Amino acid sequence: MRELNARAVAEAVARLSIQANTQLPQDVKAAIAATRRTEDWPPAREILDHIIENSQIGGGLPICQDTGVACVFLEIGQEVHISGNLTQAVDEGVRRGYTEGYLRKSVVADPLNRVNTGDNTPAMLYTELVPGNQVKITVAPKGFGSENMSRIAMLKPSDGVEGVKGFILDAVEQAGPNPCPPIVVGVGIGGTFDKCALLAKKALLRELGTPAPLPFYAELERELLGKINALGIGPQGFGGRTTALAVHIETMPTHIAGLPCAVNINCHVARHATEVL
Amino acid sequence: MAKLITAPLDRQTARSLRAGDSVLLSGTVYTARDAAHKRLCELAAKGRPMPFPIEGAVIYFVGPTPARPGQPIGSAGPTTSYRMDAYSPTLLRLGQLGMIGKGRRGPEVIEAMKEAGAVYFGAIGGAGALLAQRIQSAELVCYEDLGTEAVRRLEVESLPLTVVIDSLGNNLYETGRAAYLAARR
Repeated sequence: MRELNARAVAEAVARLSIQANTQLPQDVKAAIAATRRTEDWPPAREILDHIIENSQIGGGLPICQDTGVACVFLEIGQEVHISGNLTQAVDEGVRRGYTEGYLRKSVVADPLNRVNTGDNTPAMLYTELVPGNQVKITVAPKGFGSENMSRIAMLKPSDGVEGVKGFILDAVEQAGPNPCPPIVVGVGIGGTFDKCALLAKKALLRELGTPAPLPFYAELERELLGKINALGIGPQGFGGRTTALAVHIETMPTHIAGLPCAVNINCHVARHATEVL
Repeated sequence: MAKLITAPLDRQTARSLRAGDSVLLSGTVYTARDAAHKRLCELAAKGRPMPFPIEGAVIYFVGPTPARPGQPIGSAGPTTSYRMDAYSPTLLRLGQLGMIGKGRRGPEVIEAMKEAGAVYFGAIGGAGALLAQRIQSAELVCYEDLGTEAVRRLEVESLPLTVVIDSLGNNLYETGRAAYLAARR
Protein backbone atom coordinates (compact mmCIF):
# COMPACT_ATOMS: atom_id res chain seq x y z
CA MET A 1 0.00 0.00 0.00
CA ARG A 2 1.44 3.34 -1.05
CA GLU A 3 1.04 6.24 1.39
CA LEU A 4 0.15 9.68 0.04
CA ASN A 5 -0.47 12.76 2.13
CA ALA A 6 -3.54 14.79 1.22
CA ARG A 7 -1.33 17.89 1.26
CA ALA A 8 0.24 16.71 -2.00
CA VAL A 9 -3.23 16.62 -3.54
CA ALA A 10 -3.92 20.17 -2.32
CA GLU A 11 -0.68 21.42 -3.85
CA ALA A 12 -1.43 19.74 -7.17
CA VAL A 13 -4.98 21.10 -7.30
CA ALA A 14 -3.65 24.62 -6.64
CA ARG A 15 -1.06 24.30 -9.43
CA LEU A 16 -3.56 22.81 -11.88
CA SER A 17 -6.20 25.48 -11.16
CA ILE A 18 -3.74 28.19 -12.16
CA GLN A 19 -2.33 26.28 -15.13
CA ALA A 20 -5.75 25.40 -16.57
CA ASN A 21 -6.97 28.98 -16.35
CA THR A 22 -3.91 30.67 -17.81
CA GLN A 23 -2.64 28.24 -20.46
CA LEU A 24 -4.91 26.86 -23.14
CA PRO A 25 -4.16 23.14 -23.79
CA GLN A 26 -2.17 22.42 -26.95
CA ASP A 27 -4.98 20.31 -28.47
CA VAL A 28 -7.44 23.21 -28.15
CA LYS A 29 -4.95 25.65 -29.67
CA ALA A 30 -4.40 23.25 -32.57
CA ALA A 31 -8.15 22.81 -33.12
CA ILE A 32 -8.73 26.58 -33.22
CA ALA A 33 -5.79 27.05 -35.61
CA ALA A 34 -7.20 24.31 -37.87
CA THR A 35 -10.65 25.94 -38.07
CA ARG A 36 -9.02 29.29 -38.81
CA ARG A 37 -7.49 27.67 -41.93
CA THR A 38 -10.83 26.27 -43.14
CA GLU A 39 -13.08 29.22 -42.20
CA ASP A 40 -13.98 31.12 -45.38
CA TRP A 41 -16.26 33.87 -43.99
CA PRO A 42 -14.23 37.07 -43.42
CA PRO A 43 -15.96 38.33 -40.22
CA ALA A 44 -15.57 34.85 -38.73
CA ARG A 45 -11.88 34.74 -39.58
CA GLU A 46 -11.38 38.08 -37.85
CA ILE A 47 -12.97 36.76 -34.64
CA LEU A 48 -10.87 33.59 -34.74
CA ASP A 49 -7.77 35.79 -35.09
CA HIS A 50 -8.79 37.69 -31.95
CA ILE A 51 -9.38 34.40 -30.12
CA ILE A 52 -5.92 33.12 -31.13
CA GLU A 53 -4.32 36.42 -30.08
CA ASN A 54 -6.13 36.20 -26.73
CA SER A 55 -4.70 32.74 -26.04
CA GLN A 56 -1.16 34.03 -26.64
CA ILE A 57 -1.22 36.97 -24.21
CA GLY A 58 0.09 35.02 -21.21
CA GLY A 59 1.68 36.87 -18.30
CA GLY A 60 -0.44 34.87 -15.89
CA LEU A 61 -3.61 36.62 -17.08
CA PRO A 62 -6.54 34.20 -17.21
CA ILE A 63 -7.64 33.39 -20.77
CA CYS A 64 -11.26 34.15 -19.81
CA GLN A 65 -12.57 36.15 -16.85
CA ASP A 66 -15.00 33.35 -16.01
CA THR A 67 -12.43 31.13 -14.36
CA GLY A 68 -15.29 28.82 -13.61
CA VAL A 69 -16.35 26.48 -10.93
CA ALA A 70 -13.48 24.03 -10.33
CA CYS A 71 -14.52 20.60 -11.54
CA VAL A 72 -11.99 18.18 -10.04
CA PHE A 73 -11.72 14.57 -11.14
CA LEU A 74 -9.65 12.19 -9.03
CA GLU A 75 -8.79 8.72 -10.26
CA ILE A 76 -7.45 7.06 -7.15
CA GLY A 77 -5.45 3.85 -7.45
CA GLN A 78 -6.81 1.29 -5.00
CA GLU A 79 -3.25 0.54 -3.82
CA VAL A 80 -2.92 4.12 -2.48
CA HIS A 81 -3.79 5.17 1.04
CA ILE A 82 -4.36 8.90 1.41
CA SER A 83 -3.74 10.29 4.89
CA GLY A 84 -5.62 13.42 5.86
CA ASN A 85 -9.00 14.72 4.70
CA LEU A 86 -9.13 14.39 0.92
CA THR A 87 -12.21 16.55 0.29
CA GLN A 88 -10.81 19.34 2.45
CA ALA A 89 -7.47 19.03 0.66
CA VAL A 90 -9.10 19.49 -2.74
CA ASP A 91 -10.96 22.58 -1.50
CA GLU A 92 -7.75 23.90 0.05
CA GLY A 93 -6.09 23.50 -3.35
CA VAL A 94 -8.91 25.40 -5.06
CA ARG A 95 -8.77 28.13 -2.40
CA ARG A 96 -5.02 28.59 -2.82
CA GLY A 97 -4.99 28.31 -6.60
CA TYR A 98 -7.82 30.80 -7.08
CA THR A 99 -6.34 33.25 -4.56
CA GLU A 100 -2.66 33.04 -5.51
CA GLY A 101 -3.47 32.93 -9.23
CA TYR A 102 -5.69 36.05 -9.14
CA LEU A 103 -8.57 33.98 -10.48
CA ARG A 104 -12.21 35.00 -10.15
CA LYS A 105 -14.27 33.70 -7.25
CA SER A 106 -17.53 32.71 -8.88
CA VAL A 107 -19.21 30.39 -6.38
CA VAL A 108 -22.17 31.29 -4.16
CA ALA A 109 -22.77 29.26 -1.00
CA ASP A 110 -26.49 28.82 -1.56
CA PRO A 111 -28.27 28.72 -4.92
CA LEU A 112 -31.15 30.93 -3.75
CA ASN A 113 -29.59 33.12 -1.07
CA ARG A 114 -26.51 33.71 -3.23
CA VAL A 115 -23.66 34.90 -1.03
CA ASN A 116 -20.23 34.45 -2.61
CA THR A 117 -18.00 32.00 -0.73
CA GLY A 118 -15.07 34.32 -1.49
CA ASP A 119 -12.56 31.60 -2.39
CA ASN A 120 -14.28 29.67 -5.20
CA THR A 121 -14.86 26.64 -2.98
CA PRO A 122 -16.28 24.10 -2.89
CA ALA A 123 -14.95 22.19 -5.88
CA MET A 124 -17.27 19.95 -7.87
CA LEU A 125 -15.40 16.81 -6.87
CA TYR A 126 -15.64 13.38 -8.51
CA THR A 127 -13.67 10.43 -7.19
CA GLU A 128 -13.25 7.11 -8.90
CA LEU A 129 -11.35 4.04 -7.73
CA VAL A 130 -9.08 2.53 -10.36
CA PRO A 131 -6.41 -0.21 -10.32
CA GLY A 132 -2.84 0.79 -9.49
CA ASN A 133 -0.90 2.91 -7.00
CA GLN A 134 -1.16 6.38 -8.53
CA VAL A 135 -3.58 9.28 -8.25
CA LYS A 136 -4.57 11.12 -11.42
CA ILE A 137 -5.88 14.63 -10.83
CA THR A 138 -7.69 16.65 -13.48
CA VAL A 139 -8.89 20.19 -12.87
CA ALA A 140 -11.38 21.46 -15.44
CA PRO A 141 -12.62 24.97 -14.64
CA LYS A 142 -16.13 25.29 -16.11
CA GLY A 143 -17.59 28.63 -17.10
CA PHE A 144 -21.32 29.06 -16.84
CA GLY A 145 -22.02 30.93 -20.07
CA SER A 146 -21.74 27.55 -21.74
CA GLU A 147 -22.85 25.44 -18.75
CA ASN A 148 -26.21 27.28 -18.78
CA MET A 149 -26.77 26.17 -22.38
CA SER A 150 -26.48 22.47 -21.48
CA ARG A 151 -29.47 20.11 -21.60
CA ILE A 152 -30.61 16.61 -20.77
CA ALA A 153 -33.47 14.53 -22.17
CA MET A 154 -34.88 11.17 -21.19
CA LEU A 155 -35.55 10.00 -24.75
CA LYS A 156 -37.49 6.84 -25.59
CA PRO A 157 -35.72 3.78 -27.03
CA SER A 158 -37.93 4.22 -30.13
CA ASP A 159 -36.41 7.69 -30.66
CA GLY A 160 -33.19 5.90 -31.59
CA VAL A 161 -30.14 7.49 -33.15
CA GLU A 162 -32.27 9.99 -35.09
CA GLY A 163 -33.82 11.21 -31.85
CA VAL A 164 -30.38 11.60 -30.31
CA LYS A 165 -29.08 13.56 -33.31
CA GLY A 166 -32.14 15.81 -33.31
CA PHE A 167 -31.80 16.55 -29.60
CA ILE A 168 -28.09 17.42 -29.89
CA LEU A 169 -28.61 19.68 -32.92
CA ASP A 170 -31.52 21.40 -31.20
CA ALA A 171 -29.41 22.02 -28.09
CA VAL A 172 -26.72 23.70 -30.22
CA GLU A 173 -29.35 25.70 -32.14
CA GLN A 174 -31.04 26.89 -28.92
CA ALA A 175 -27.65 27.84 -27.47
CA GLY A 176 -26.84 29.89 -30.59
CA PRO A 177 -24.44 32.73 -29.78
CA ASN A 178 -24.79 32.48 -25.99
CA PRO A 179 -22.03 29.96 -25.07
CA CYS A 180 -19.27 31.84 -26.97
CA PRO A 181 -18.91 29.70 -30.10
CA PRO A 182 -16.86 28.02 -31.41
CA ILE A 183 -17.91 25.42 -28.86
CA VAL A 184 -16.99 21.90 -27.83
CA VAL A 185 -20.04 19.65 -27.58
CA GLY A 186 -19.86 16.96 -24.90
CA VAL A 187 -22.51 14.29 -25.24
CA GLY A 188 -23.50 11.53 -22.83
CA ILE A 189 -25.77 8.71 -23.99
CA GLY A 190 -27.07 5.98 -21.69
CA GLY A 191 -26.75 5.28 -17.97
CA THR A 192 -29.20 6.93 -15.61
CA PHE A 193 -30.27 10.60 -15.43
CA ASP A 194 -27.26 11.48 -13.25
CA LYS A 195 -24.66 9.23 -14.92
CA CYS A 196 -25.65 10.55 -18.34
CA ALA A 197 -24.92 14.15 -17.33
CA LEU A 198 -21.55 13.11 -15.91
CA LEU A 199 -20.69 11.30 -19.16
CA ALA A 200 -21.37 14.52 -21.07
CA LYS A 201 -19.07 16.47 -18.75
CA LYS A 202 -16.34 13.82 -19.00
CA ALA A 203 -16.65 13.93 -22.79
CA LEU A 204 -15.31 17.50 -22.58
CA LEU A 205 -12.06 16.22 -21.02
CA ARG A 206 -11.12 14.08 -24.02
CA GLU A 207 -8.29 15.49 -26.12
CA LEU A 208 -9.71 17.36 -29.13
CA GLY A 209 -9.10 15.49 -32.36
CA THR A 210 -9.35 12.08 -30.70
CA PRO A 211 -12.45 10.25 -31.95
CA ALA A 212 -14.59 7.90 -29.85
CA PRO A 213 -13.01 4.42 -29.74
CA LEU A 214 -16.02 2.64 -31.28
CA PRO A 215 -16.26 3.28 -35.06
CA PHE A 216 -20.08 3.68 -34.83
CA TYR A 217 -19.73 6.58 -32.39
CA ALA A 218 -16.67 8.04 -34.13
CA GLU A 219 -18.78 8.24 -37.29
CA LEU A 220 -21.69 9.76 -35.36
CA GLU A 221 -19.33 12.42 -33.95
CA ARG A 222 -18.07 13.23 -37.43
CA GLU A 223 -21.61 13.45 -38.85
CA LEU A 224 -22.83 15.70 -36.01
CA LEU A 225 -19.81 18.02 -36.29
CA GLY A 226 -20.56 18.42 -40.00
CA LYS A 227 -24.24 19.16 -39.34
CA ILE A 228 -23.45 21.63 -36.52
CA ASN A 229 -20.96 23.47 -38.72
CA ALA A 230 -23.59 23.71 -41.46
CA LEU A 231 -25.95 25.63 -39.13
CA GLY A 232 -24.13 28.89 -39.93
CA ILE A 233 -24.06 30.19 -36.32
CA GLY A 234 -20.32 30.83 -36.59
CA PRO A 235 -17.80 32.30 -34.15
CA GLN A 236 -19.63 34.45 -31.56
CA GLY A 237 -22.86 33.81 -33.50
CA PHE A 238 -22.08 36.45 -36.14
CA GLY A 239 -22.29 33.85 -38.95
CA GLY A 240 -19.71 31.48 -40.38
CA ARG A 241 -18.66 27.89 -40.68
CA THR A 242 -16.93 27.46 -37.33
CA THR A 243 -19.67 26.79 -34.79
CA ALA A 244 -18.06 23.79 -33.09
CA LEU A 245 -14.47 22.57 -32.73
CA ALA A 246 -15.48 19.02 -31.85
CA VAL A 247 -18.29 16.70 -30.81
CA HIS A 248 -17.33 14.10 -28.21
CA ILE A 249 -19.72 11.26 -27.36
CA GLU A 250 -19.39 9.02 -24.30
CA THR A 251 -21.76 6.12 -23.75
CA MET A 252 -22.61 3.47 -21.15
CA PRO A 253 -25.19 0.73 -20.69
CA THR A 254 -28.71 1.81 -19.82
CA HIS A 255 -32.16 0.41 -18.87
CA ILE A 256 -34.40 -1.42 -21.38
CA ALA A 257 -36.95 1.41 -21.03
CA GLY A 258 -34.59 4.35 -21.47
CA LEU A 259 -32.39 6.40 -23.77
CA PRO A 260 -30.97 9.26 -21.68
CA CYS A 261 -29.06 11.88 -23.65
CA ALA A 262 -27.17 14.84 -22.17
CA VAL A 263 -25.41 17.70 -23.94
CA ASN A 264 -22.79 19.65 -21.98
CA ILE A 265 -21.49 22.61 -23.95
CA ASN A 266 -18.07 24.17 -23.47
CA CYS A 267 -16.82 27.38 -25.02
CA HIS A 268 -13.62 27.60 -27.07
CA VAL A 269 -11.72 28.13 -23.81
CA ALA A 270 -11.90 24.37 -23.26
CA ARG A 271 -9.74 24.23 -20.15
CA HIS A 272 -8.37 21.22 -18.34
CA ALA A 273 -5.05 20.29 -16.79
CA THR A 274 -3.89 16.95 -15.41
CA GLU A 275 -1.14 15.64 -13.12
CA VAL A 276 -0.37 12.15 -11.90
CA LEU A 277 0.90 11.73 -8.33
CA MET B 1 -13.00 50.00 -41.12
CA ALA B 2 -13.99 50.36 -37.48
CA LYS B 3 -15.94 53.44 -36.36
CA LEU B 4 -14.40 55.37 -33.47
CA ILE B 5 -16.95 56.21 -30.80
CA THR B 6 -16.87 57.62 -27.28
CA ALA B 7 -18.73 56.72 -24.11
CA PRO B 8 -20.94 58.07 -22.67
CA LEU B 9 -22.82 58.01 -25.98
CA ASP B 10 -24.79 60.88 -27.42
CA ARG B 11 -28.18 60.15 -28.96
CA GLN B 12 -27.12 60.96 -32.49
CA THR B 13 -24.16 58.57 -32.43
CA ALA B 14 -26.20 55.81 -30.84
CA ARG B 15 -28.88 56.12 -33.52
CA SER B 16 -26.33 56.21 -36.34
CA LEU B 17 -24.82 52.81 -35.53
CA ARG B 18 -26.00 49.76 -37.47
CA ALA B 19 -25.94 46.06 -36.68
CA GLY B 20 -22.71 44.61 -38.06
CA ASP B 21 -20.66 47.78 -37.58
CA SER B 22 -17.23 47.28 -36.04
CA VAL B 23 -16.48 49.98 -33.50
CA LEU B 24 -13.60 50.97 -31.26
CA LEU B 25 -15.02 52.42 -28.08
CA SER B 26 -13.08 54.83 -25.87
CA GLY B 27 -14.13 56.71 -22.77
CA THR B 28 -16.00 55.79 -19.61
CA VAL B 29 -18.09 52.65 -19.16
CA TYR B 30 -19.61 51.12 -16.03
CA THR B 31 -19.53 47.44 -15.11
CA ALA B 32 -22.61 45.65 -13.82
CA ARG B 33 -23.89 42.11 -14.02
CA ASP B 34 -26.71 40.13 -12.39
CA ALA B 35 -26.51 41.16 -8.73
CA ALA B 36 -25.65 44.84 -9.41
CA HIS B 37 -28.49 45.14 -11.95
CA LYS B 38 -30.91 43.81 -9.36
CA ARG B 39 -29.81 46.52 -6.90
CA LEU B 40 -29.90 49.28 -9.53
CA CYS B 41 -33.47 48.35 -10.41
CA GLU B 42 -34.44 48.30 -6.73
CA LEU B 43 -33.12 51.87 -6.49
CA ALA B 44 -35.07 52.84 -9.60
CA ALA B 45 -38.27 51.34 -8.17
CA LYS B 46 -37.88 53.57 -5.11
CA GLY B 47 -37.24 56.62 -7.32
CA ARG B 48 -33.70 56.99 -5.95
CA PRO B 49 -30.84 58.34 -8.10
CA MET B 50 -28.43 55.95 -9.83
CA PRO B 51 -24.93 55.67 -8.31
CA PHE B 52 -23.40 56.86 -11.61
CA PRO B 53 -24.61 59.17 -14.41
CA ILE B 54 -27.09 57.02 -16.35
CA GLU B 55 -27.73 59.51 -19.19
CA GLY B 56 -25.95 58.11 -22.27
CA ALA B 57 -24.21 55.52 -20.12
CA VAL B 58 -22.66 52.38 -21.53
CA ILE B 59 -22.87 49.40 -19.18
CA TYR B 60 -20.44 46.52 -19.66
CA PHE B 61 -21.77 43.15 -18.46
CA VAL B 62 -18.52 41.90 -16.96
CA GLY B 63 -17.17 40.36 -13.79
CA PRO B 64 -13.39 40.71 -14.10
CA THR B 65 -10.73 38.58 -12.45
CA PRO B 66 -8.79 40.34 -9.66
CA ALA B 67 -6.06 42.74 -10.81
CA ARG B 68 -2.49 41.63 -10.33
CA PRO B 69 -0.24 44.18 -8.57
CA GLY B 70 0.47 47.08 -10.92
CA GLN B 71 -2.36 46.19 -13.29
CA PRO B 72 -5.66 48.12 -13.48
CA ILE B 73 -7.79 44.99 -13.89
CA GLY B 74 -7.61 41.26 -14.58
CA SER B 75 -9.26 39.43 -17.48
CA ALA B 76 -12.43 41.27 -18.47
CA GLY B 77 -14.54 39.70 -21.20
CA PRO B 78 -18.33 39.87 -21.50
CA THR B 79 -20.83 37.68 -19.67
CA THR B 80 -24.01 36.31 -21.29
CA SER B 81 -26.49 39.16 -21.59
CA TYR B 82 -29.91 37.48 -21.41
CA ARG B 83 -29.61 37.29 -17.64
CA MET B 84 -29.84 41.10 -17.61
CA ASP B 85 -33.01 41.10 -19.76
CA ALA B 86 -35.23 41.46 -16.69
CA TYR B 87 -33.40 44.67 -15.72
CA SER B 88 -32.17 46.41 -18.88
CA PRO B 89 -35.52 47.99 -19.93
CA THR B 90 -35.72 49.87 -16.62
CA LEU B 91 -32.23 51.35 -17.08
CA LEU B 92 -32.83 52.13 -20.77
CA ARG B 93 -35.90 54.14 -19.76
CA LEU B 94 -33.66 56.12 -17.37
CA GLY B 95 -31.34 57.13 -20.22
CA GLN B 96 -28.81 54.32 -20.68
CA LEU B 97 -27.77 54.19 -24.36
CA GLY B 98 -25.32 51.29 -24.62
CA MET B 99 -24.86 47.75 -23.38
CA ILE B 100 -21.82 45.52 -23.91
CA GLY B 101 -22.23 41.77 -23.57
CA LYS B 102 -22.61 38.63 -25.65
CA GLY B 103 -25.53 36.47 -26.68
CA ARG B 104 -29.18 36.99 -27.49
CA ARG B 105 -31.55 39.61 -25.99
CA GLY B 106 -35.26 39.22 -25.42
CA PRO B 107 -37.99 41.08 -27.32
CA GLU B 108 -38.76 43.30 -24.32
CA VAL B 109 -35.17 44.57 -24.31
CA ILE B 110 -35.15 45.19 -28.06
CA GLU B 111 -38.42 47.15 -27.79
CA ALA B 112 -36.99 49.27 -24.98
CA MET B 113 -33.84 49.84 -27.08
CA LYS B 114 -35.92 51.06 -30.01
CA GLU B 115 -37.81 53.47 -27.77
CA ALA B 116 -34.60 54.76 -26.17
CA GLY B 117 -32.51 54.80 -29.36
CA ALA B 118 -29.99 52.50 -27.67
CA VAL B 119 -27.37 50.05 -28.92
CA TYR B 120 -26.29 46.55 -27.88
CA PHE B 121 -22.63 45.81 -28.54
CA GLY B 122 -21.00 42.39 -28.59
CA ALA B 123 -17.50 41.92 -27.20
CA ILE B 124 -15.69 38.67 -27.96
CA GLY B 125 -16.72 36.12 -25.37
CA GLY B 126 -13.74 34.21 -24.03
CA ALA B 127 -11.23 36.91 -25.00
CA GLY B 128 -10.95 38.40 -21.52
CA ALA B 129 -7.17 38.79 -21.62
CA LEU B 130 -7.24 40.68 -24.92
CA LEU B 131 -10.05 42.99 -23.79
CA ALA B 132 -8.27 43.72 -20.48
CA GLN B 133 -5.39 45.27 -22.44
CA ARG B 134 -7.78 48.00 -23.64
CA ILE B 135 -8.80 49.01 -20.11
CA GLN B 136 -6.71 51.85 -18.69
CA SER B 137 -8.22 52.11 -15.22
CA ALA B 138 -10.86 50.59 -12.99
CA GLU B 139 -12.33 52.34 -9.97
CA LEU B 140 -14.93 51.03 -7.55
CA VAL B 141 -18.25 52.90 -7.70
CA CYS B 142 -20.44 50.87 -5.33
CA TYR B 143 -21.51 47.41 -4.06
CA GLU B 144 -18.01 46.33 -3.01
CA ASP B 145 -19.60 43.46 -1.07
CA LEU B 146 -20.48 41.85 -4.41
CA GLY B 147 -16.80 41.21 -5.18
CA THR B 148 -16.35 40.70 -8.91
CA GLU B 149 -19.98 41.83 -9.38
CA ALA B 150 -19.38 45.30 -7.89
CA VAL B 151 -20.03 48.36 -10.08
CA ARG B 152 -16.76 49.79 -11.41
CA ARG B 153 -15.98 52.79 -13.58
CA LEU B 154 -13.65 51.77 -16.41
CA GLU B 155 -11.67 54.06 -18.65
CA VAL B 156 -11.28 52.19 -21.93
CA GLU B 157 -9.21 52.90 -25.03
CA SER B 158 -10.25 51.42 -28.38
CA LEU B 159 -12.29 48.55 -26.97
CA PRO B 160 -13.05 46.38 -30.05
CA LEU B 161 -16.80 45.78 -30.30
CA THR B 162 -19.41 44.80 -32.86
CA VAL B 163 -22.88 46.34 -33.02
CA VAL B 164 -25.15 43.31 -32.55
CA ILE B 165 -28.54 45.02 -32.18
CA ASP B 166 -29.07 48.61 -33.30
CA SER B 167 -31.69 51.19 -32.35
CA LEU B 168 -33.94 50.06 -35.20
CA GLY B 169 -33.94 46.49 -33.90
CA ASN B 170 -31.69 45.05 -36.64
CA ASN B 171 -29.99 41.97 -35.20
CA LEU B 172 -26.61 40.67 -36.38
CA TYR B 173 -27.31 37.23 -34.89
CA GLU B 174 -30.02 36.90 -37.53
CA THR B 175 -28.59 38.90 -40.42
CA GLY B 176 -24.97 37.70 -40.11
CA ARG B 177 -25.97 34.07 -40.11
CA ALA B 178 -28.44 34.56 -42.98
CA ALA B 179 -25.80 36.36 -45.05
CA TYR B 180 -23.30 33.55 -44.50
CA LEU B 181 -25.82 30.84 -45.38
CA ALA B 182 -26.95 32.79 -48.48
CA ALA B 183 -23.33 33.17 -49.65
CA ARG B 184 -22.76 29.44 -49.25
CA ARG B 185 -25.68 28.53 -51.51
